[in-house]
Amino acid sequence: MFGSTAFLVILLLSLFVFAVPEWLKYYFTLGLLTAGIALSTSWCTGVLPDAGQTCELSLFTAATGTRMVLVIDSLSAFFILVINFTVLVGFLYARGYLEPYRARMNALRFSIHYFSYLWLWISMLMVVMVRDGLSFLIVWEIMALSSFFLVIFDAEERSIMKTGISYLIQMHVGMFFILVAFLIVQQDTGRMSFDALGEYFGRHRNLPVFLLFFAGFAIKAGFIPLHTWLPEAHPAAPSHVSGVMSGVMIKMGIYGIVRVLAAMQSDLLVTGVIILIISLVSGVLGVMMAIVQHDLKRLLAYHSIENIGIIGIGLGLGVIGQATGNHTLSLLGYSGGLLHVLNHSLFKSLLFFNAGSVYLAAHTRNMEQTGGLMKRMPWTAILFLTGSLAICGLPPFNGFISEYLIYMGMFGSLSGANLFHSILIVGSIAALSLIGGLAIFCFTKAFGIVFLGEPRSDQAGHAREAGKSMIYPQLATAAMIIFIGLGSPLVVKPVFGIVGQIWNLGAQPLVSGAFTANLAQLSLAGGIFVVTVAVLLLYRRYHLSRRVVETGPTWGCGYTAGSAKQQYTATSFAYNYNHIAKPLLQTRKEIEEIGEDEIFPHGRKFLSHSDDLFKRHLVDRPVDLVSGLLKRIAVMQTGQIRHYILYAFVFMLLVLLLAMLKII
Amino acid sequence: MMAGFVLIAVAAFFFPGVILRTKSIASGRKGPGIFQPWKDIAVLFRKGSVFSDTTGLIFRIAPSVTLATVTGAMLFLPFAEQKAVLSFEGDFIMFAYLLALGKFFTIIAALDTGSSFEGMGASREALFSMLVEPAFFILIATFAMFTGYTSFSVIFNHFFITGNDYVLIYSIIGAYLLVQIAMIENSRLPVDDPKTHLELTMIHEVMILDYSGFDKALIHIGTYLKFAIYGSLIYNLVVPAGWNVILQTGLFFAVQALFAVVIGFTESFRARNKMNKNPKFILTLSSIALIAFMVILILTEKLA
Repeated sequence: MFGSTAFLVILLLSLFVFAVPEWLKYYFTLGLLTAGIALSTSWCTGVLPDAGQTCELSLFTAATGTRMVLVIDSLSAFFILVINFTVLVGFLYARGYLEPYRARMNALRFSIHYFSYLWLWISMLMVVMVRDGLSFLIVWEIMALSSFFLVIFDAEERSIMKTGISYLIQMHVGMFFILVAFLIVQQDTGRMSFDALGEYFGRHRNLPVFLLFFAGFAIKAGFIPLHTWLPEAHPAAPSHVSGVMSGVMIKMGIYGIVRVLAAMQSDLLVTGVIILIISLVSGVLGVMMAIVQHDLKRLLAYHSIENIGIIGIGLGLGVIGQATGNHTLSLLGYSGGLLHVLNHSLFKSLLFFNAGSVYLAAHTRNMEQTGGLMKRMPWTAILFLTGSLAICGLPPFNGFISEYLIYMGMFGSLSGANLFHSILIVGSIAALSLIGGLAIFCFTKAFGIVFLGEPRSDQAGHAREAGKSMIYPQLATAAMIIFIGLGSPLVVKPVFGIVGQIWNLGAQPLVSGAFTANLAQLSLAGGIFVVTVAVLLLYRRYHLSRRVVETGPTWGCGYTAGSAKQQYTATSFAYNYNHIAKPLLQTRKEIEEIGEDEIFPHGRKFLSHSDDLFKRHLVDRPVDLVSGLLKRIAVMQTGQIRHYILYAFVFMLLVLLLAMLKII
Repeated sequence: MMAGFVLIAVAAFFFPGVILRTKSIASGRKGPGIFQPWKDIAVLFRKGSVFSDTTGLIFRIAPSVTLATVTGAMLFLPFAEQKAVLSFEGDFIMFAYLLALGKFFTIIAALDTGSSFEGMGASREALFSMLVEPAFFILIATFAMFTGYTSFSVIFNHFFITGNDYVLIYSIIGAYLLVQIAMIENSRLPVDDPKTHLELTMIHEVMILDYSGFDKALIHIGTYLKFAIYGSLIYNLVVPAGWNVILQTGLFFAVQALFAVVIGFTESFRARNKMNKNPKFILTLSSIALIAFMVILILTEKLA
């Protein structure tokens, strides 16, 4: 009872963000956030070790007698921990990040920002704790609204406002799907709740309602082709918000999908195959589109789509495993997916924070304007490198562990599988390895172009390292990344427990025991690798200390007057790739041709841009069509009163005519 | 336990020399001796180093990291009926991703120099190695499906005792694919020519242009070891694990030598691909791997 009262007090206190004096606002918000995080984490501690337990909190009783109850089971607890960590790190980082904005913006803007941040966090917590359908939709809506206000924080630019509105609209389309799905369940069972899903699924075909839920949650999560809001909203938002949105908010979509999956009872094979195929497409296309971006944050946003794809591959495999009675596959698939939720929340938020530091230092997100930042911002560079290696799924970092679990699910299920299953699995293996390869391409480009070489612009040349208050929180995230990478058995075991409990997988203890041994070997291999690197580097230092070491210019083929502009750029790095991926990416180029009679051509601009095909065909085209139609109808809106009288007259005549003909 | 590890290290000692000798003989030159590559490395170790002003930390640590990934990958390879130093379910995933980590560092080290030549090489290397990744994984997936195991040591132990009479067909396709993958991973013909003299047409060589002394020696050692690693994979695929160990040790070096001779002859008689033909060439490997998969489906009677 103490817990729920304390929680309500925090909710109420959040209003006082508007009232406290300006210098105190940040610390006030931080205090509330820390208190809330401590509180909600304490709820999880009772649930996590013993996966079967749940913790119930009655929040309040409304006048109508309905109670708002928070239920925390192991799945909620897992998500609460994921949310809390990234939200706290993000807010600590925000102090330094918002510094330059303080001069430009008034206190009210900040109050709204902090208030929305608090409520984004609260609503995400509630999303994973609330079971009742109506309450769920309400907190889901609060989540969309608060993130909307966070996105438009910097809305001096018109484009950001436009992005914000488009984001809000797409979130509501998603909410509509979830609402319909809940209504169908209520129609049948009389209850509108996640708890009623099992009852409904027991009696009816599972697929249609699942697809409704999936469509709604997939918009939030950003599965292709429902991802179109994501690459727009993430770059527009301030970086700590992008980190939280990409790191945890889109995972609420995954949470919803997992909740629904846990209740499903039939149609499992087809569901699994649908999820798997959509995820494979999201994974491959997401990273393919990421490679051609110039905007660092946009690149990261497309990578979120890729990682959502990887999570989805895990979940899809889990469902297929259930359908075919292969519990090992289920366990590994679901665990890989869930673990990737945690992993992605860590490295993606870290990368977004780094991108924010780069933006503050170099005043641009355009990679072509950066370069050589590692010398100027060494800590940011090393953190970005850590994040990059982790997101590419390379050992010994955390991304590798979740991908390893997913791979193992696939490889392990191959022997004894039937023809269809083998083809599906081998296709997925090929796709996942391709995703890995493409991610390496993408992040060697991102890291290499932004942080290495010589600065490509004056701004980048004058960049300064981000403040300590921004670096320290990121170090915590990086430490988690390395901890999970090297100490995976400690993290994977609880995840196995959660998965085994949610889906009642009988084989869980046996398999998880065997797998923890494998993971221990993985840690050992990682450890050996780290030690080898350390020994080699130490020896190298000793070796070079006894030799002549000189410096000189980079080899330029004999040409010594090269400038920073001659370096490879992000576009040129991706040129080869662009060549083979042409049909899928359709890069637009704009250049004014040089005429034959133009002996001394004047200065020209060259612009190349890669559109998002899905956005063009699924969003822009239909919207243009409808708005074009409406514009044509707007001809009638002449502004002359006699025309309007004529319309009224015609209308009355029509009604009269129809009435006489007994049509109406 | 250490047999696989040690044998690879020994094989790497002869490997580049055999390639070199083959090439000299094929072109009718007297050519250098079989240990010349290692003599060159000894020279590099004695020399000092020159670093570009543009480069920073990444450029300096990359060769050591890359070599560590290669020696790390060696730990997973078995020999005969012995298990590898590290053997667990899914060790080949770690194997492939460790090598990819090495590649990651080679690529960013090239970008660290700020040279457009090295950027070009980096971009090509990144593209080609990403395209070859699926071929390797499809190949391993078919091994796993065929034997029912998911670790290098156990797969190779059971490869020839599954009771399937047609295993040789698969072993040949697999060996062919591994040779091709090894050529691409090590940047040799027909994808890249290590002996080309023009920076514009290089891939791997242009990426290490700015290295000298100790670091360059590490890079070369890494390349030689990688050859021997792939040679050992091929060996495990063509020679049954149950044979006499002394016979096998001989066969191991024979297979490695044969592999080196094949590379030497390929490089003597074949021109490098046009650069924009390379992606197609590499993707063809994935399709061959898919054919191998089909063969396995037929062999295991899943597909009639």
